[in-house]
Amino acid sequence: MTEFPHPGQLLARFRRRATVAMLFVLICFGVLVARLYFLQVVRFDHYHARAEGNRMALLPIVPNRGVIRDAKGRELARNYSAYTLEINPSLVKNMDATIDRLSRIVTIEERDRRRFYRQLKDSKYFESVPIRTHLTDEEVARIIARRYRFPGVEVQARLFRDYPEGVHTAHVIGYIGRINDRDLEKINENNDTANYRGSEYIGKSGLEESYEKELHGTTGFEQVEINAGGRAMRSLSSTEAQPGNDLELTLDIELQKVAEAAFAGRRGALVAIDPKTGGILALVSLPSFDPNEFIEGISTQSWRALSDSPDHPLLNRAIYSAYPPGSTFKPFMAMAGLETGRRSPGQYFSRQGYFSFAGHTYYDSKSKCQTGVNIHVSLTYSCNIFYYQLAQDLGIDAIAKFMRPFDFGHRTGIDISGEAEGVLPSPEWKRKRFKKPEQQTWFGGETLSVGIGQGYNAYTPLQMANALAALVNYGVMYRPHLVKNIIDSRTGERRPVEPEPMRTIKLRKRNVSTVLGAMADVTRLGTAKTAFRGAPYSAGGKTGTAQVFSLHGQRYNAGRISERLRDHSWFIGFAPAQDPQIVLAVLVENGGFGSVSAAPIARQVMDYHLLGSQDDDAAQATDVAAAPAQTPPAQ
Amino acid sequence: MSPNALPFSDETRFFTPMAWLRTLLRVTDPWLFGVVLALLAISWTMIVSAGPERLESLQTHIALALVLMLATAVIPLRHIVRIAPILYLLGVLLLIAVALFGDVSKGARRWLDIGVTRIQPSELMKLAVPLALAWYFQQRENALRAHDFIIAFVLLGIPVALIAMQPDLGTALLVTAAGLYVIFFAGLPWKLIIPAVLLAVGGLLAIIGFGDILCVPEFDWVVLHEYQKQRICTLLDPSQDPLGRGFHVIQSTIAIGSGGMWGKGWLQGTQTHLAFIPERHTDFIFSVLCEEFGFVGVLVLIALYILLIGRGMTFTATATTFAGRLLAGAITMIFFTYAFVNMGMVSGILPVVGVPLPFISYGGTSLVSLCIAVGLLMNIRHHSRLIAQG
Repeated sequence: MTEFPHPGQLLARFRRRATVAMLFVLICFGVLVARLYFLQVVRFDHYHARAEGNRMALLPIVPNRGVIRDAKGRELARNYSAYTLEINPSLVKNMDATIDRLSRIVTIEERDRRRFYRQLKDSKYFESVPIRTHLTDEEVARIIARRYRFPGVEVQARLFRDYPEGVHTAHVIGYIGRINDRDLEKINENNDTANYRGSEYIGKSGLEESYEKELHGTTGFEQVEINAGGRAMRSLSSTEAQPGNDLELTLDIELQKVAEAAFAGRRGALVAIDPKTGGILALVSLPSFDPNEFIEGISTQSWRALSDSPDHPLLNRAIYSAYPPGSTFKPFMAMAGLETGRRSPGQYFSRQGYFSFAGHTYYDSKSKCQTGVNIHVSLTYSCNIFYYQLAQDLGIDAIAKFMRPFDFGHRTGIDISGEAEGVLPSPEWKRKRFKKPEQQTWFGGETLSVGIGQGYNAYTPLQMANALAALVNYGVMYRPHLVKNIIDSRTGERRPVEPEPMRTIKLRKRNVSTVLGAMADVTRLGTAKTAFRGAPYSAGGKTGTAQVFSLHGQRYNAGRISERLRDHSWFIGFAPAQDPQIVLAVLVENGGFGSVSAAPIARQVMDYHLLGSQDDDAAQATDVAAAPAQTPPAQ
Repeated sequence: MSPNALPFSDETRFFTPMAWLRTLLRVTDPWLFGVVLALLAISWTMIVSAGPERLESLQTHIALALVLMLATAVIPLRHIVRIAPILYLLGVLLLIAVALFGDVSKGARRWLDIGVTRIQPSELMKLAVPLALAWYFQQRENALRAHDFIIAFVLLGIPVALIAMQPDLGTALLVTAAGLYVIFFAGLPWKLIIPAVLLAVGGLLAIIGFGDILCVPEFDWVVLHEYQKQRICTLLDPSQDPLGRGFHVIQSTIAIGSGGMWGKGWLQGTQTHLAFIPERHTDFIFSVLCEEFGFVGVLVLIALYILLIGRGMTFTATATTFAGRLLAGAITMIFFTYAFVNMGMVSGILPVVGVPLPFISYGGTSLVSLCIAVGLLMNIRHHSRLIAQG
C-alpha cells in the first residue's frame, strides 16, 4: 500500500499536476493543429479538387405518371418521351451569353427564358434546368453537332403528359401543371417533400388532382459521383422509381363525344350514370378548353381568352354549377307525396285550372292539366297547380326531410374535388343563409316555388342524375364515381373504387313504379314525346324549364328577351325503362323549354349508349334525332 | 463581515436587486465570460450558415444558458458541493430506471419518459459524477488513503457501467474521463497512471497496426458492439465504405481540406450548402467552420479554447478548497476533452462518437450544462478570492 503525503505537499503536487494537464492539453491541440494544417494547407489542392469536381449527388429518378384510360381501354391521359434542352448552371459562367448563343441554334423565346430563370432560382446548382422542351429532331441534331462549344448544355429525353382527347376530357381528367409555391406548401404539409424531389408537375384539377397520390408514384434515387464536367460519372447505388398507378374509368369517351356533339355548340352540361354501379358514363360541360395548353403553363393571352370569356369554358358546369331544377324536381315531389301518404296514385283532382294563394290566383294553361289530374297525369304533362297544392299540403320541412337522402343540397361525393353543394331550401337553411332577421323568415309562397323546382332550389346536373339513379334503383344509392379501377403498377392488380352501395333510401316499390311509369309516359305521350319519337327502346324522363329571369306577369317570349336571360332547359331520364342501364341529366343553359333543347340531346346519348354498339350508323340515327334541336333559337 | 461577502451571508440584502447586480459583477470573471461570449458568437455565425431555421431556438438556448451560468456562479459553492451526493444518487436511480423502463431510440435505451418530457439521465451524470467525486475527496481531504481511490473508482464505475450498457459508449467514455480527471487531480500515484496510459496507447497502436485483420467482418471484438467496431474501422480506412459509415468522415475531410488557409467565405461552403456534411449543425459543425473560415478560423477557435482552458487551469491552481480545486480541474479538462474529441473526430484522427463541439454545436442540453460548468468555475474563483481577501 502506498503512503500519501500530508496536505502541504499535496498542494504543491496538485499544482504540478495542473501544469502537466495543461501541457497535455497543449500537446493534443498541437496534434490537432498539425492535422488541420496538413489537411487545409498541405493537401489543400487535393481536397479542393475533390470538393469542386468529385461530388456525390443524390439524383431523384422521377416516376412515370400513371396512365388514365376510359372504360374501353382508350387512353385519355398518357406520357410520351420528348427531347429537352437543359443547362447545368454549375458549368456555365455567363448564363445570358450562353443562352444568347444557344438561341442562334434553336428557337428560344422570351417566355422560355423567363421560365428558365424562375426555375433556376429554386434548383440546386448541380441540377440541370430545362430551357426548351419538345425539341424537333433537327434541333437535336444541330445541338449535338455543336455540343463541344457548350459545356454544361445537354439534350435529355424526358417524359411529358398528353391528353389525346383534349377538349373532350378537360372537365373530367383535368390537367397537371408545374408545381408552384402553393403546391409546394401542400406537399410539405403532407410530408411528401422527398417524394416530389425532381417532380416538376402535379395534378391541378379533375382526376389528375384528386388521384394525385395514386398517379404520381414513388420517386427513386440514384447516388452518383459527379465529375468536374458536371456529368454523372458512375452510379454508386440506386433505388428504382415506382411508377404511378393507372386509372381505368367508368367513362366512355365515345359516348362523351356523342353527347358533346349533340349540344351543337350550346352551353350546358350532361351527366350520364350507370345506375347499377354509380359509375359515370359521360360527364360533359360545355364549352370546354384544351387541357394540354396548361401543362407547360398557359400563355397569358390564352389564359385571358379563357378566363374572360362570358361562356366560362373553365367552369365545370356539371359539378360546380347549381341551377334551379324546374320541373325535373316534380318526380321527387311526387315520390314525397306518395311516401308520406299525402297522395295516392288513384287520387284525382278536378278543377285544377287555377290555384289561389294569399290573394293571388295561379292558372295552368295546359288543357290536360285542367281536369282529372293525378300523379301520373301531373308528371306526364308537367302540371304546376298539382304541385303547388302538394307542396302546400306537405309543408317545407317534410319536403326538405324527404329530399335530403337523395343528396339534394349535399355533396354527392364524386371523386373530383370541389363539387358544389347546391341548395335544398328549408326554413333552417334560410336562417343560416341570411343575416338580417327580416330575410330569415320563411314564407308560404316560397314553399310553392320549391314544389315546382323554382325558388331557392338549386342543384348541379350531377346531383340531378345521381338522385334519379337512386330512384330508378328503388332507393339503392351508389356514390357517383369516375374511376372504376385503380391498377397497381407493380402487381397489375385491379382495385375497384366503389363496389358497394353507399346507402339505401327506404321507398315503397309500388310508389317508385308509379312515378317511373309516369316518367315513361313523358317520352311516349307527354312533354318529351317529340324527342323520343321512334325510339326502339322505352325511356323514362322528365323535362324541365328553369327560370333565369322573373318576368313579373309578362308573357314569356323567347324571341324578345336577350339570350342570356332565357330559361335553362332541363331533361332527366333513364333507359331502357324496364331495366335502366343509363340515367342522365341534361342542362342546356338558356335553352328555353326542356322538351325542345335538352330532351333531344338525351335521346342521342341514350341511342348511342343502347344501340351504338349494334348500329354502325349510330351517327346517322343521332342526326335524325337531333333534327328537332335545330329549330330552337339557341344558336 | 467583509464588504465582498456574498448576499447570502446577510439575509436582509438577499433579495435586493442592486445587491444581486453587485454580486453578479463581482462573480463574473471578465476573461472567462468574454471567451464564452466569443464562442457563442461563433456558434451563432456557424448556425446561420449550417441551419438558419434553428437560429431562433439557438438564441433561446443561449439566453437560458447564460442565465443559468450566472445563477450557478452566485450560489455558494459549499451548497452545491453539499447536494452533490444527492444529485449523484438521483442520477444513478434514473439510470437504473432507464435500464428498466427506458424508451428505445435508434437501437439504444437512453431516454426516460417522465410524463412531461423525455430526459436523458446520462447527460446529468457528466456533471454529477465529478461533483460527487469532488465531494467525496473533500470529506477525506486530510487523510487520503489508497482505499479512498478504490471507493472513488467504484463511485465512477457504477454510472459508467449503466451508461455503457444502454449502450452509449461515447457518453460512458466522457463520464469516465470526467471522473478520472478528479481522481488524477486528487493525487492518484503516477506509478498507477503511467502503466495504464501505456496500456491504452499500446492497445490503440495494435488496432491501427492490425486494423486489416481486426476489421474483417468475421472477427468479433467481444467487448464492443458491432457498430462501435465499425466506427473504429471506418476511422482506419474510411474509403472501405464511402456511402455508408465512411461517408461522414470522407465528406467532412473534404470540407475541411477544401477550406484551405482562408476558407471559402461565410455562407460559401459548397460541401455545407450542398448538404454533403451530415449533422452539420450539431456534431459536424466544426467542418463547416473549417470549410468557410479555413485554417485561420481553426486557429482562432483553438486559441479561444486554449484561453478558456488556461483560465480554468489558473482557477484550479489558485482554488482554496480541495473540492474547488478538483472540480475546477475536472471541468477545465472536460472542456478540453469535448473540444478535442469533437475536432479530432471531425478531422479524422478519432473515431466518430457523438460529442458536440462545446459552445458551438447546436443543442440546448449540452449548451446549458456547459454554461452551468462555466458558472461553477466562476463560482470557485470568486470563492477563492473571497478567502484570499478575507
